[in-house]
Amino acid sequence: MARLVFLGRLEDIAGVPDLTVPLHAPTALADVLTTLPPALSEALAGPKVRLARNGELVAANGLMVNEADELAFLPPVSGG
Amino acid sequence: MADVRLALTPFDPAAEMTAFAAAHGGAGGIVSFLGQVRVGEGVTALELRHYEPLTLPGMIALAASTEARWPLAGLLMIHRSGVLHPGEPIVLVAAAARHRRDAFAAADFAMDHLKSEAWFWKREQVGAVWRWIEPRDQDYADLARWT
Repeated sequence: MARLVFLGRLEDIAGVPDLTVPLHAPTALADVLTTLPPALSEALAGPKVRLARNGELVAANGLMVNEADELAFLPPVSGG
Repeated sequence: MADVRLALTPFDPAAEMTAFAAAHGGAGGIVSFLGQVRVGEGVTALELRHYEPLTLPGMIALAASTEARWPLAGLLMIHRSGVLHPGEPIVLVAAAARHRRDAFAAADFAMDHLKSEAWFWKREQVGAVWRWIEPRDQDYADLARWT
């Protein structure tokens, strides 16, 4: 089971803060996204959304998701 | 050594500044910035969210790069996460240095980066409606001054 974490406005689009997806082998990110509702997968693939896998920033391009990964989707930040 | 904290409950900026000044009595100057939730404008609450694996480590890295850039006697960085109400402090940055210019610049640098690069997401409640806030172009322009 990989865990997808949605930050900021992505949580509103997903309707939940996180989601587990059953994976049995390393799976391309694009294939993981196609299992989600279209509005959500489109938002997650947005150009301003960055990704962290197990707490490390990674590029979305060509990313493989492993069975026990935590993959966070990070929209533009705003602190202060 | 910087004092960097992700605060999940309210903090007292005055008490923090008193302690910071006492800890760095040798510094000639201390510059601080306090960000607080605006009172008025119809905002009833502000929520800051963070992502545990990235947020505090990112703040610690920012403090290290601030200290590498200016000769500081001390650096304090406290940022709230959670639901806040008007008048409550959000962020406190203080830089202590031998010379005031270094302290001003370091606090300014740290704040610009906390504002638009640290791992926080902010939304405000107006009436019953929550709205996510994304950085303004001005925030990115402020950040670009340091590159």
